[in-house]
Formats: sequence, C-alpha cells, structure tokens
Amino acid sequence: MAGSGSTPITNPRWLLAELTYRCPLQCPYCSNPVDFASHLDELGTEDWLRVLSEARAMGAVQLGFSGGEPLTRPDLPILARHARQLGYYTNLITSGHALTEDRIVELKEAGLDHIQISIQSPEKTLNDRLAGTESFENKKAVAALVKKHGYPMVLCVVIHRQNIHQMREILEMAVELQADYLELANTQYYGWAQLNRAQLLPTRAQFEEAEAIAQDYKVRLHGRMKIYYVIPDYYENRPKACMNGWGTTFLTIAPDGLALPCHAARELPGLNCPNVRDMSIQDIWLHSEAFNRFRGEDWMREPCRSCPERSRDFGGCRCQAFMLTGDMQATDPVCGLSPERGVIDRVIAAAECGALKDQPLTFRNTRNSRTLAATRVPRSGGG
Amino acid sequence: MALDPHSVFQFSPTHRLQWEETQQKHVILYPEGLVELSDSAAEILKMCDGTRDVSELVTALENKFETTGLMDDVAEFLEAALHNGWIREHSHH
Repeated sequence: MAGSGSTPITNPRWLLAELTYRCPLQCPYCSNPVDFASHLDELGTEDWLRVLSEARAMGAVQLGFSGGEPLTRPDLPILARHARQLGYYTNLITSGHALTEDRIVELKEAGLDHIQISIQSPEKTLNDRLAGTESFENKKAVAALVKKHGYPMVLCVVIHRQNIHQMREILEMAVELQADYLELANTQYYGWAQLNRAQLLPTRAQFEEAEAIAQDYKVRLHGRMKIYYVIPDYYENRPKACMNGWGTTFLTIAPDGLALPCHAARELPGLNCPNVRDMSIQDIWLHSEAFNRFRGEDWMREPCRSCPERSRDFGGCRCQAFMLTGDMQATDPVCGLSPERGVIDRVIAAAECGALKDQPLTFRNTRNSRTLAATRVPRSGGG
Repeated sequence: MALDPHSVFQFSPTHRLQWEETQQKHVILYPEGLVELSDSAAEILKMCDGTRDVSELVTALENKFETTGLMDDVAEFLEAALHNGWIREHSHH
C-alpha cells in the first residue's frame, strides 16, 4: 500500500538512533517504554553502520544518538565517525554522567557535532534524587568540558511538578554554565512519565508562572543563549503536530532494531512496526504497513476529517490517542474539539487537587521494568 | 535593526551550511535544528566569508548573477540571518 491515496512520501530528515535502553540514571519521567527490560537485545555495530548509511541515502541529515545512555555503547566513536563521514549533523543526547574529558576529545575527533546534557534540577539534592544517582557535580563539570572543547553546548532540563518552582534557578544555572542552548522540556506523558503522571503534572498556575519566567529570559538572553521551550500539551487547546506528521520527517530506531514512526509506537496494537534486522530502511520508510498506516489524512475520522486545522496538527499524536482513549485513530484528546477532552480535564483537575502529588515515584530501572512488565494490564483512560 | 555598513559578515562557526543531494537544497544544520534554504539565500550565505561588508556582498552577488538592484533583498536577508544566529558580524578590517 505504499504511497496509497494522494499523499506523496517525503524523505526522512531526522534519524533518532536509540542505541541502548541501558542507563545509569533512573529518571521517573523517562520516555522509554515501561517494559524496556523486555527489549534488551541490542543491535550490533554492523547493523547500526548499515542503518546510518541507508537512512542517509534516503535523505536523513539530523542524527540523534540517544537511549538510554548512548555512552554505554563502546562503539559510539565508530558510529559517530561513520555518521560524520556520511554528512550527518550528529547530536549526542546524554545524561553526561561519567563522560570523561578523554571521551569528549575522542568523540570530537570522530566528528561529533554537538553534545546535549540533561540536568534534573539546579539543586544538588533534588537533581540526585530525581536521577536516582549522585550525578550533579559531575554533570556541571562535564558541561564545562563540553564548552572547553568547542562543542555547542545544550542543556536540557525536563520540567515537572517536582522542579517547576525552580524555573528561575534553572535559567540562572544555564547562564552560569554558558549554555549555547537551553531546552526547557515540559514533560510529555509517555512511558515512565505516564506511569508517574499524578506526581509530575504541574497545576495550571504553576505552569503559567514558570512559562512567564522562561519567556522573560528568552527575550533578555536573545543572541546569547537560545531557549527552546517545549509546551506541555495538556495545557493547550490543540494537539501538538506529533513528529511533524506520521512518516514525513522522523525515523526512530529502537535499541532492538524496531523502526518507529513515533517514539511510543511500539505500544500501538496491531501496528507491527518493522525491524531493521529484517528490512532495509528504504523498504521500511516507503513500503512498510506501519509507516503508511497514518500517512496523510485518509485515516482520519471526525472531528479531524473536516477540520480546517488538520494539515497543521495532523490530529495530534496517535500514541497519546491510544494511551488515553484506547483508540489509536481517535483525535488526540488534548484537542478541545475532541469528544474525549474530558479525559485530559479530569487529569488536570486531579493535579489541581494534588491528592496524589506526594505518592512515591516509580523510578526507571530494570527491576521496576521487569516487575511492571509481569504485572501490568494494558490500561486506557486518564484516571 | 539596520545593518552597520562597515560590518563584515561571517557564517556562524557553530552552524553548518551543506548541500543536500536528496532534497536538492542547501540546508543549515545546528543542534537539533535544520533549515532548508532557497537558492538565493544559500548564495548569500556562501559569500559570508568574513571579508565582505553589505555593499561588497551585493556587488559580488550582482556580478555573479549579472543583475542589479539586489541591495534591499540582501540587506533584509542579512538582518534575518543575524537575528537567527546563522551569521555573525565583525567590524571591518
């Protein structure tokens, strides 16, 4: 059914290479699947080299090495060198934990273009608690080394109820560390974040106060530091344009070789995401059922089908629609036009009431993943 | 924001300007960012080598494409490029 209907297939431009699900950190807002411990059979070096070549030939030019913690892969410099030779712009998305100066130099020589370091909080105690690992001082030292060796330095701070009151301190920390870019990523509720949503979703008042501070700094720091502000879609009235449209731009390869049109697509029932062990990137992108499933608009139902905004937001995220309504073809319930918007409003009301905000967090680690995979029944709804 | 007539322009060292065969376009690449360029935008940026001020850029482009009257378009694009951080300006000589 390749290219079915009237939708021409565009080239992929972004490849997200999730090299591993292993990670020394245990952040409770991780977007990795909750059952990641069931998918630990990682692609080898040769497979990744082939994936990089094939995706580049298809047009991918932005490459993210992600995970898990990509630094746990000893072949990272080999992959970075190959990627650079192919003409990718290569981004390393790392916790920064245990990144040594030798490694920073080695990756620079291999041709790595940029390093993004995540920090959980500008306060040591909270940073280390959220990361589940003592890592704060090390991360700050690594940020300085990244600058020293001439990389553009991007700090990423995921924002949620436990740190949103620190927005000003987060911005001041980024200034102090001389970040070139600061990504303020309001938590997107997938994977472990969805599991911990009651403890992570801020109230509307908290979100609005933090956003005002961030926007103020954005104006004041223009030309010195670029701030990417990722909005929390629950507090919007229209859904995000997930992946810039299904199968138009983004290609994610999971550690076990599964090719995903959206980070959480592994969980969509009956989608049968293809694996790079079985198919070339070209076949996956052009011909696989999964990548064609939500291309264009033919799959849409009302209220999306006749909506004048459908070409702007593509009906939102298929994975979020499935997670929250049980139906992957439904309008993303974030949308104010969705008949199921009540799901989101109830979650927001619960955040307002705050009854569950101090419940213990479920940390992202192999033990919890195994337990959850063994006991969890698929659930829908926003309770 | 008016351009300083004495400034010279240089493509940003933290960005990369590259021809993409599959898109048949030049692109600007930077941390997690990608901008697809029109042919004319790419021609202007390729000339931003740190030696030319705005009038020298216009002259070079007008010579290359055997045309005249490019000043307004070039100045407008340079302002946008500066704002986006794609180029940097330095005082002349």
